[in-house]
Amino acid sequence: MSNTMSSASSILQLNNLVTEFDTDEGRVRAVDGVSFSLNAGETLGIVGESGCGKSVTAQSIMRLLPQPMGQIVSGEILFQGLDLAKLPLEKMREIRGAKIGMVFQEPMTALNPVHTIGRQLAEVLLLHKKISKQQALQQAIEMLDKVGIPSPDIRMGEFPHQLSGGMRQRVVIAMALACQPQLLIADEPTTALDVTIQAQILELIRDLQRDMGMAVILITHDLGVIAETSKNVVVMYAGKVAEAGTAYDIFDRPSHPYTQGLLASIPRLDTAPKSRLAIIPGMVPGLLDLPKGCRFENRCPHRRDGCLVATPPMEHISDTHRLACYRWREINAAAGESLT
Amino acid sequence: MTDQTTQQTPLLEVRDLKMHFPVREGIFMRAARFNRAVDGVSFSIAPGETLGLVGESGCGKSTLGRCITRLYKPSAGQILFQGQDISQLSARQLKPLRRDIQMIFQDPMESLNSRHTVGDILEEPLLVQKIGTGAQRRQRVAQLLDLVGLPARSVTRYPFEFSGGQRQRIGIARSIALNPKLIVCDEPVSALDVSIQSQILNLLIDLQQELKLSYLFIAHDLAVVKHTSDRIAIMYLGKIVETGPGQSIYQNPQHPYTQSLISAIPVPDPHRRSQRVVLTGDVPSPINPPSGCSFHTRCPRATPLCSEQTPLLMAHEGSDPGVLAACHHIGVANPR
Repeated sequence: MSNTMSSASSILQLNNLVTEFDTDEGRVRAVDGVSFSLNAGETLGIVGESGCGKSVTAQSIMRLLPQPMGQIVSGEILFQGLDLAKLPLEKMREIRGAKIGMVFQEPMTALNPVHTIGRQLAEVLLLHKKISKQQALQQAIEMLDKVGIPSPDIRMGEFPHQLSGGMRQRVVIAMALACQPQLLIADEPTTALDVTIQAQILELIRDLQRDMGMAVILITHDLGVIAETSKNVVVMYAGKVAEAGTAYDIFDRPSHPYTQGLLASIPRLDTAPKSRLAIIPGMVPGLLDLPKGCRFENRCPHRRDGCLVATPPMEHISDTHRLACYRWREINAAAGESLT
Repeated sequence: MTDQTTQQTPLLEVRDLKMHFPVREGIFMRAARFNRAVDGVSFSIAPGETLGLVGESGCGKSTLGRCITRLYKPSAGQILFQGQDISQLSARQLKPLRRDIQMIFQDPMESLNSRHTVGDILEEPLLVQKIGTGAQRRQRVAQLLDLVGLPARSVTRYPFEFSGGQRQRIGIARSIALNPKLIVCDEPVSALDVSIQSQILNLLIDLQQELKLSYLFIAHDLAVVKHTSDRIAIMYLGKIVETGPGQSIYQNPQHPYTQSLISAIPVPDPHRRSQRVVLTGDVPSPINPPSGCSFHTRCPRATPLCSEQTPLLMAHEGSDPGVLAACHHIGVANPR
């Protein structure tokens, strides 16, 4: 399957990535056999709840796992054909920031509070480009202008705490994009922001993506943000891919009971007020005591004894749409009947 | 709902409420300027009703909630609870009132004492108010746990042993311990995962019907507020800019800020990649709010009038019944 997915335009391909952590209570597998591919210029959304492994997947790609606890155990991370999982760290430093940019949830933690905005931006440029300090400062101003920061020359001399949350996130995006990376990894980039500011930032990422032709991995728990931005979507649950496909596959024809439950449980502006929301009972299993069979088994309305025995394999519904559920055919058939 | 509210005596009526925090600066720490967090807010809540309060960070919605629970003493204005003005009562005078007005906080980990067992946490309001004997209180605690869907054995456990959703259930159980009439819910689900959020929202709606509660439901997520509320008030920089029945606010918003807020919400439907009204700029500081209409600096309809005169919250021709908005240009052809 992974072979058929690779094509000339694929910029990033994960094959069976396994990442583990050493904890006080033992070794846990935070990412367990995750595969997906991303084409140049496209946006892939990774959605899931806390602890599903979406951020660890991003940290694995960037090779920024907390050390020494986190480790990529097996699998491939092919970035433009190069396997990042096995790349020496000094080689990785040349890629990070230059070819792959990243944006995190809380911009204050990504910025150094004691250095000016200008110094931090110029540092990225000086690190990866052979340019003079003057040129770096000039390019930094241009970059701030590009991400929509008013009077960028003044902002260059300011410190992170002098900016609002939305402005700080713009600075982080400017830093991530300073070297024109081919891939941007954005981990909950708008979660800490207000909706009107979120709209600005998402629009900004989309505009810059169009101008610079970069691919984007957008990690979020917000299904609305995914639907608005992503061409393809990966739904993760307890370290595994539950379902993946185009945004239309996932939102129009969700076929994994977890995806179905997630979509049914969000209040929407057009549902009747005070009506009962669908719920997914219980909670995500801890990584230390994962069920032997399907990981969603303890919360699934369609569970059968067979689900408890072994992990369901990834199956393809169509060329673009795949999922890991033993019973998807029956569930889809039943849903089709109830529609007609 | 709005028809009923005009006929019934409201449970809570807030009149021109202001909360100005002094900003102390300079070597003498003089309060030269004020943060006008809440700046002239009026609304009412009927028995059994939910008023949703929506706004972005810094708009004053949490401060307003804390004034109503009297965690803050407001600078001016009236808070009439069952007809009695509670805005300036002393701590001693407030004590009996605490039974009637309770609060649910955003982060249950921060609002629950981590050194107390769940049993202690739930018994404390009863102890403070000197209600019942030890046996009766223990019985009440068991009843509360049952009401919020937690197992009886939780009594001897500590908050850290629970997941985020369960901790919020503990917070909810504590808030209903004294049979309150009004609960101020300040972002009760925004720290929770999507699949847990719906469990808590269902619980809040069930409890409201069972216990005839009124809610002031504060959140930044308009979809969540719309789902739980009878009426909605939209706040911007310390003022309510629009209020009305949830359905009207969503389908026929009048104020340009409400319109942009609704259009900014990402809809979980890839067929509806929205035509957004993206607002430019940030929310101005409440320490130095813009003159006139405080939204004029970001408003697509702003004219010179807007920076001179503060618009009043009032009914406008052509808007739905019960909808009030504060804008000079409602009903005027939309420039967009």
